[in-house]
Amino acid sequence: MSSSVIPAPNSRSVAQQRAPSSLRVYVTETKYEIIKQMRIPAFMIPTIGFPIMFYVLFGIVMPGNGGTSHYASTYMLATYGAFGVIGIALFALGVGVAVERGQGWLAVKRASPMPVSAYFAAKYVTTLVIGVVLMLLMCAVGAVFGHVRMPMSQWLLLVVAETLGAIPFCAMGLAIGYLAGPNSAAAIVNVIYLPMAFLSGLFIPAEMLPRFLQGFAVALPPYHLGRLALDAVGIEPASHALGHIAALIGFGLLFTIIAFIAYRRDEGKTYG
Amino acid sequence: MTATAPAARLTSVSKSYHDNVALRDVSLDIGPGVVVALLGPNGAGKTTTVKLLLGLAAPTSGSVELFGQDPRNTASRRRIGAMLQVAKVPETLRVREHIDLFRSYYPSPMAAADVYAAAGLEGLEGRKFGDLSGGQRQRVLFALAICGDPDMLFLDEPTLGFDVEARRSFWEQIRGFVSRGRTVLLTTHYLEEADALADRIVVIDHGSVIADGTSAQIKQRVSGRRIRCTTRLSEVDLRAIPGVTDVRYDRGNAELIVAHAESVTRELLWSDETLSNLEVSGIQLEEAFLALTHSKEAA
Repeated sequence: MSSSVIPAPNSRSVAQQRAPSSLRVYVTETKYEIIKQMRIPAFMIPTIGFPIMFYVLFGIVMPGNGGTSHYASTYMLATYGAFGVIGIALFALGVGVAVERGQGWLAVKRASPMPVSAYFAAKYVTTLVIGVVLMLLMCAVGAVFGHVRMPMSQWLLLVVAETLGAIPFCAMGLAIGYLAGPNSAAAIVNVIYLPMAFLSGLFIPAEMLPRFLQGFAVALPPYHLGRLALDAVGIEPASHALGHIAALIGFGLLFTIIAFIAYRRDEGKTYG
Repeated sequence: MTATAPAARLTSVSKSYHDNVALRDVSLDIGPGVVVALLGPNGAGKTTTVKLLLGLAAPTSGSVELFGQDPRNTASRRRIGAMLQVAKVPETLRVREHIDLFRSYYPSPMAAADVYAAAGLEGLEGRKFGDLSGGQRQRVLFALAICGDPDMLFLDEPTLGFDVEARRSFWEQIRGFVSRGRTVLLTTHYLEEADALADRIVVIDHGSVIADGTSAQIKQRVSGRRIRCTTRLSEVDLRAIPGVTDVRYDRGNAELIVAHAESVTRELLWSDETLSNLEVSGIQLEEAFLALTHSKEAA
């Protein structure tokens, strides 16, 4: 047979046959997942831009404190920060998985020797990295325009709480990604995300909601992330933090189980 | 274990999706170093066969082996590469980045420069996937399939939607890669493509293997002529004429696919003296192939 370009096949010594360092696979997978997401303007503008815009509007401009009181700008930094990181988890991870699974890209990766766990780990880490970027931007906006003043330890605590607090929402995103089709996932996330954030008191404090909705808030995972963030900035008593952390861990486990069942069900369609 | 152990093997495999039977009792050995084309119309079960061998789907019954192992094993996945039909590939990564990522999955991947050369991607390394043309995108998917320097390559409809020019040039790329003693399973619904690339052609239709042989053997079975005419003979009468493999009707005219035009024409004129508008022509490969699948179905 004729051929155009024929590089010689690699000679394979025994040493070369060993598996690629699994850590390297995880790092490479994560690196490209972050690059891939960061280059999607249709993703970055709403997920990073909207929380900052809402925060500036409702946390800084509308309260109109003019620097005399920074209560509202501190409060809203915590709650819109929670709103932002949850959005990243549900859209970047949840919708991303649904689309890649439904449009055949995941099958190409599954047919390769890529460990499935590297795929999921990369999605989680990417969500957390984008979450940190969002929080740093929001903190800068809060400090400069909202005159938020806190000790350094509280700034750090806020970023850590919001970022790690996004993990249960990564699991929620994964569950949606495995339950929803590629075309319906974004619509489903929108239907869940905004009402859930509103009822959890992320837009206006839960205490200002009608009484019958307030009881409902406790049952929603974003409520606990919002409260945890308010603990971090010193608005809520720190003694409540453990309860919110426990609730977030509980929701995280619940969503992980749902995601796992959905994953197995999806495998069952093909493998089972 | 031995040189003759098959690279891939299906043993009495059936696969159903809910009530749809995609494969019925298919047994197939694919020897090492052989280029096999799985040829069949849409929905014949070609992609299902590939998915089973890649461990992306489980057989309803029967067994599937890749290098003597479960196809889901990482060890067997390290020895294969697959070009699948994908609706959407991440568009914001550059060609170089996609290939770098897939190379990282394999223990001894090809050098990146060799991958670009073998897939015809030189000069496109810095392009984002979303900025590539349809043909270039297929080349990237081909590059992802070969970058691990696999012993066995799966190509599922690699040139679907290509124009003739692009298809021929892509065949060169595939030939260049497979001439190095790799095992290949190619699915296609173009007989011409199977003919151009494969040592062995397995024709599959409605989930069953209906023919299996070299390109010459398959072509011999599907060669034939088409006779068009206006006749008062019924379809049953027409089918009863020896050498008629298929009968269709087109705007009141009968269309016969036949093995030998002369004997059938003689028979037609003898049986129906009112016969008119007689026309004899060669048949397209596609029609020949349909004739083969139809005649088997009737049998």
